[in-house]
Amino acid sequence: MSWQGRILRVNLTEGRAAAEPLNMEWANAYIGERGLGTKYLYENVDPECDPMGPENVLIFATGPLNGTMASTSGRYAVLCKSPLTGGIGDSNSGGKFGAYLKYAGYDLLLIEGRAAKPVYLHIDDDKVEILPADDIWGRGVWHTEEWIRARHQNPQLKVASIGEAGENGVLYACVVNDLHRAAGRCGVGAVMGSKNLKAVAAYGTRGVKVDDPARFMAVVRETHAKLQASDGRRGLTEGGTHPMIDSMQEWGGLPTRNFREVQFEGIDKVNPAATTRPNRNGHVNLITNKACFGCTIACGRIAHIDPEHFTIVNRPQYRHASGGLEYETAYAFGPVVGVDDLDALTFANYMMNEHGMDPISFGVTLAAAMELYEMGVLTREQTDGIDLRFGSAEGLATMAEKTGKGEGFGKELALGSRRLTEKYGHPELFMGVKGQEFAGYDSRALQGMGLGYATSNRGACHLKHDVFGPDMEDVSGNGKAVPVKESQDLVSMIDSTGLCLFTTAGWGPEDFVAQLDAALPGTWTLERCIEAGERTWTLERMFNLAAGLTAADDTLPPRMLKEPAPSGNAEGKVCELDRMLPEYYGVRGWTEDGRPSNETLARLGL
Amino acid sequence: MQKSLLIDADKCTSCLQCEMACSFEHEGSFNPARSRIKIFEFEHGKRAVPYTCTQCAEAWCLHACPVEALVRNPATGAVEVKEDVCVGCKVCTIACPFGTVNYNPETGKVAKCDLCGGDPKCAEACPTDAIVYVDAAWTGLDRMKQWAAQTDNKPLASA
Repeated sequence: MSWQGRILRVNLTEGRAAAEPLNMEWANAYIGERGLGTKYLYENVDPECDPMGPENVLIFATGPLNGTMASTSGRYAVLCKSPLTGGIGDSNSGGKFGAYLKYAGYDLLLIEGRAAKPVYLHIDDDKVEILPADDIWGRGVWHTEEWIRARHQNPQLKVASIGEAGENGVLYACVVNDLHRAAGRCGVGAVMGSKNLKAVAAYGTRGVKVDDPARFMAVVRETHAKLQASDGRRGLTEGGTHPMIDSMQEWGGLPTRNFREVQFEGIDKVNPAATTRPNRNGHVNLITNKACFGCTIACGRIAHIDPEHFTIVNRPQYRHASGGLEYETAYAFGPVVGVDDLDALTFANYMMNEHGMDPISFGVTLAAAMELYEMGVLTREQTDGIDLRFGSAEGLATMAEKTGKGEGFGKELALGSRRLTEKYGHPELFMGVKGQEFAGYDSRALQGMGLGYATSNRGACHLKHDVFGPDMEDVSGNGKAVPVKESQDLVSMIDSTGLCLFTTAGWGPEDFVAQLDAALPGTWTLERCIEAGERTWTLERMFNLAAGLTAADDTLPPRMLKEPAPSGNAEGKVCELDRMLPEYYGVRGWTEDGRPSNETLARLGL
Repeated sequence: MQKSLLIDADKCTSCLQCEMACSFEHEGSFNPARSRIKIFEFEHGKRAVPYTCTQCAEAWCLHACPVEALVRNPATGAVEVKEDVCVGCKVCTIACPFGTVNYNPETGKVAKCDLCGGDPKCAEACPTDAIVYVDAAWTGLDRMKQWAAQTDNKPLASA
């Protein structure tokens, strides 16, 4: 029936693991993955708990379409209370791990407590073992995956693990699976580290069945063809997300030097064209593209670093191919820190994957440190002797590695931008929302994006709404509340299916619904699915309110609200959040202080 | 015309649609653990290579089977497993030099690619044409054409 009907509950304090039935009432109300994970989190965690304490739980959630032939069926979510924001942490990833967790027979893995010593979890269908991780604690993700597969003599094991960053409590540490896919945001890797859990390795032979196989295959044939034929899909296959950097440069929404500017003079050295052009040594950065599980788009980039480049000239261990630059990584290691050295950007990306960190949060935190350095607040002694000015490729490469390994000034960067800028007396230089750093879009140039950032339950995020259309039609805050709200609910729904948001390059909402309806028992209409999305969004909000967040946290830094954009399409404009936010609360059926009204809660069955 | 699977690893993105299609056709569920075609990744995904049975003309597996459970389908050229005859001795899995015959502990029988009776689902599912099903006598045709195209290299007489 496409759900496996079981979850796996592991208590690391007690060293116990047991399967239990999936709560079908919740599955029917929240679909799966992000939605179902949110419900399980809400019911299993005190929102006021210490996120790094044993009372937090860590959830790996798959969706009903995971592991099926629906395109992009490898998406899974990791949820917990976030140590970065203090609110709900919800991050999703591709690769192959999620599908294999489901093939082992579990819709969801819920981890409680804290192990006394480092451990990893080995799941092989019904056999679940909590095993010592002493041999891999202190090692990177890449070594960890290889070690676990060798230890179990099973090359088909899929591994999700943390690197040193997660062990060291880097507040934006991520969970990395399949070498270079990551549940990147919200510090879910730090929570995994706080539980002394190094890795989860899964292999399964149970397969996934759907409710109506003949109809499902007919629907899938149509949705595959529709996606294949779309221009959006073609663009992602050919360029990944990277081409967005040229669009944002032209628009004037490309955050540069900690958002002081919105266009980057070094664009030609870090854009897609730079990745396919031979450098002075004849080296070409980009090798090929690669798919996650079940994905017929294949937007992933595989690249390699020039062996003569200063980052690896004496380090042959990095002369192999690995994950290459996408838009957010190119932004976070490029314009926002002012660096235009493509190989340094690629090396920083390797460090994020190997040591397990969120590139967005790392890059924006480094950008704040660079601004503090240029202001004279940070000195060269404090930055380990590195001249940490904007544009320093050496600073980028060195600090990416030091942060991952918990060395020197890297320990300060591990705090994230909000805590770092507060510590040095300039909280106004934190570029983010609720403690989480901005993605690569400026809120003055894209007003709906600004509203989406401010209201995103997991802190600043570009992937929880989709309003590029309205934002580019009108650079004011007019008419943004409705599309932000509606797209937030739709994205919540898509994030709950087990499929990837990027399929919207070729699919409309009805395509997700048709696949769900064929795969699951019962009747799944667009209305029901969207309502499940809205229910999830609202429950996330309830979690945050219970955790102590308020409407005052739905805000943007003064740079977005008071300093006009210096160039581009929005030159002279600030973000009109003060107008958009009350309208948004109204559209959501929330009170003026941002609390869902009793009528809204009742309508959603909350 | 007899047809053959033709695999071009350069086009493979490692999406595993083929493994799901194969297992769905043979087992009724999406289950790569029971797929007869497997994708192998090398160097962090720089290369992904689909691999399955080549349907040898002199099939080691067929010769090794002590109970004649492996038989040639004359229509497709595929060597197929007669599940009602197979005793699960696994000698064929040892005999196959390519490793493409494997044992299924759930059924107690071996499993291998049977070209889906002449309509291979892996080829149908592949989004990049890394796996295609073509004339068995002309699997080299595309490559021949690529080389043939290189004859277009003479400078123009007027140049």
